[in-house]
Amino acid sequence: MSVLVYTESEQGKFKKTAFEAASYAKAVANQMGTTVTAVAINANDTSELGTYGVDKVLNITNGDLKAFNANAYASSIEQAAKQENATVVIVSSSADSKYLAPILAIGLNAGFASNVVEAPSNTSPFTVKRTAFTNKAFNMTTIDTAVKVVGVSKNAFGLVESNGSATTEEFSPSIPASGVKVESVDRATDKVTIADAEIVVSAGRGLKGPENWGMIEELADVLGAATACSKPVSDLGWRPHSEHVGQTGKPVASNLYIAIGISGAIQHLAGINASKVKVVINTDPEAPFFKAADYGIVGDAFEVVPTLIEKLKAFKAQNA
Amino acid sequence: MKILVCISHVPDTTSKINFADNDTKFDTNGVQFVINPNDEFGLTRAMWFKEKQGANVTVVNVGGPETEPTLRKALAIGADAAIRVNTDAKDGFQVAKELANIVNEGGYDLVIAGRESIDYNGGMVPGMIAALTNANFVTNCISLEVDGINATAMREIDGGKETVSTSLPLVIGGQKGLVEESDLRIPNMRGIMMARQKPLSVVEPTNASTETSTVKFEKPAPKGAVTLVDADNVDELINLLHNEAKAI
Ligand SMILES: Cc1cc2nc3c(=O)[nH]c(=O)nc-3n(C[C@H](O)[C@H](O)[C@H](O)COP(=O)(O)OP(=O)(O)OC[C@H]3O[C@@H](n4cnc5c(N)ncnc54)[C@H](O)[C@@H]3O)c2cc1C
Repeated sequence: MSVLVYTESEQGKFKKTAFEAASYAKAVANQMGTTVTAVAINANDTSELGTYGVDKVLNITNGDLKAFNANAYASSIEQAAKQENATVVIVSSSADSKYLAPILAIGLNAGFASNVVEAPSNTSPFTVKRTAFTNKAFNMTTIDTAVKVVGVSKNAFGLVESNGSATTEEFSPSIPASGVKVESVDRATDKVTIADAEIVVSAGRGLKGPENWGMIEELADVLGAATACSKPVSDLGWRPHSEHVGQTGKPVASNLYIAIGISGAIQHLAGINASKVKVVINTDPEAPFFKAADYGIVGDAFEVVPTLIEKLKAFKAQNA
Repeated sequence: MKILVCISHVPDTTSKINFADNDTKFDTNGVQFVINPNDEFGLTRAMWFKEKQGANVTVVNVGGPETEPTLRKALAIGADAAIRVNTDAKDGFQVAKELANIVNEGGYDLVIAGRESIDYNGGMVPGMIAALTNANFVTNCISLEVDGINATAMREIDGGKETVSTSLPLVIGGQKGLVEESDLRIPNMRGIMMARQKPLSVVEPTNASTETSTVKFEKPAPKGAVTLVDADNVDELINLLHNEAKAI
């Protein structure tokens, strides 16, 4: 019996989601009185995982796993889970982890709960709280199978340091042939992505046209934030589809979400409810976003945003 | 090419979400149901294959009789046939198993599902169907071309996109991008009339097991009022974000 966690890395470095998943795994292991084993794939330095409660790392180094492949990764994690007799397997909620999790669950005959936001309220029956109805509600769910797969929502559980250290063992799973081959990857390398960003600066139709996004990008730049937009903005082609957030777009779970010239329609709010602190800047005091936000300015974006950029630059310079 | 499009019957995006029976059930009172938006993109892409490359399109839903208007809408949009698996499924695994059974029986080349449904957001059904039927699988799919038995797909990844090559049989989890928003179809009168003549078969479930159970639902705690800052006092906003919210 143990808790297994898949710790994602990119170009050899662990992602923050890996440490979050490990922190969550440690909480589950404490509740169950057991240890945490991590699976790491092509990571350079696995010792870091000890800081987040991992006792043992099964380290896989394999050129065939260089590009992400859902079947091959799921199979590797499945083999590790079986070797370790893991009863609970934790994954994160990155696009890749969400891709592999259902395949892994079928492989392990395990029940799967995704979008989990808290440590289990009980481990027997194994009961977790997950978001449903696109963050408009929570669903308390029990996983009734012997082996369980849990997908942890981003930024929900957070990072919890503990003062352990991890031992590392090499692990060589057999890699199944895959029917899906990656031909090319197109990554917006120099920008912070919505999925990983701590801060997201988002703008809506209130900005009037694509030519006005310069100040949004500048604000994002100052804050080290990702840029996003409302649905009509991407439908109109002012911004790429990948920036559209909301119920039918991307979910955002950042620490800070700044909404500029966005009305706050229910479909937009559904996608950003999981963000911790919300700020709205809107000319219309009746805009529904003011009901959802923590801080707000009733004002014209074309006046407020340039001032905000200036003041933030000064603030950053002072606090650097 | 035989295409199966999985259609989830979900509350309209503006629905207020409430629960009944001691918060153990979704309260459908006054709720308008629609085709899950992610599935609608998939259905439209299936129509494109039908019209441009010749394909037969069946839509399927696992659900009670109340989901039939949603299936009829898909028929009015242009699907050739519909199947309803007559059960009120309790979890995503049960849905996936019933759908995998339909896939195996019908010998479909391409199964198009949505990346997730906007009600339970499980995001597990397409991947489970693929695993249960030994098909290739691409999720977060934002473009799909099929040439004979070979397929090229693009999928969204965190911070970019990826192009993959694969082959049929294939299951995809589709989303916005698969077709343009402006290409989505609204059923016209002729489509609605024709839909009445099209077969909608009701299949009894295999009684697949469940793996999870809902104990209860909860609504998020009510939010405190917004703290308004004067537009001329942006410094105060920065101060609050730094000292109170600890967000910058
Ligand atoms: C099936 C379905 C799914 C949907 N999914 C999504 C989704 O995922 N995401 C999403 O965002 N939407 C979604 N929508 C659309 C949603 O209902 C709203 O139409 C949309 O969010 C509105 O975008 P907006 O706030 O940018 O534009 P608008 O509604 O036009 O609002 C613009 C706002 O800007 C303000 N404004 C104007 N000028 C200024 C200025 N100078 N300075 C400051 N403020 C100004 C206005 O007061 C107004 O509040 C969906 C709709 C449907 C039907």
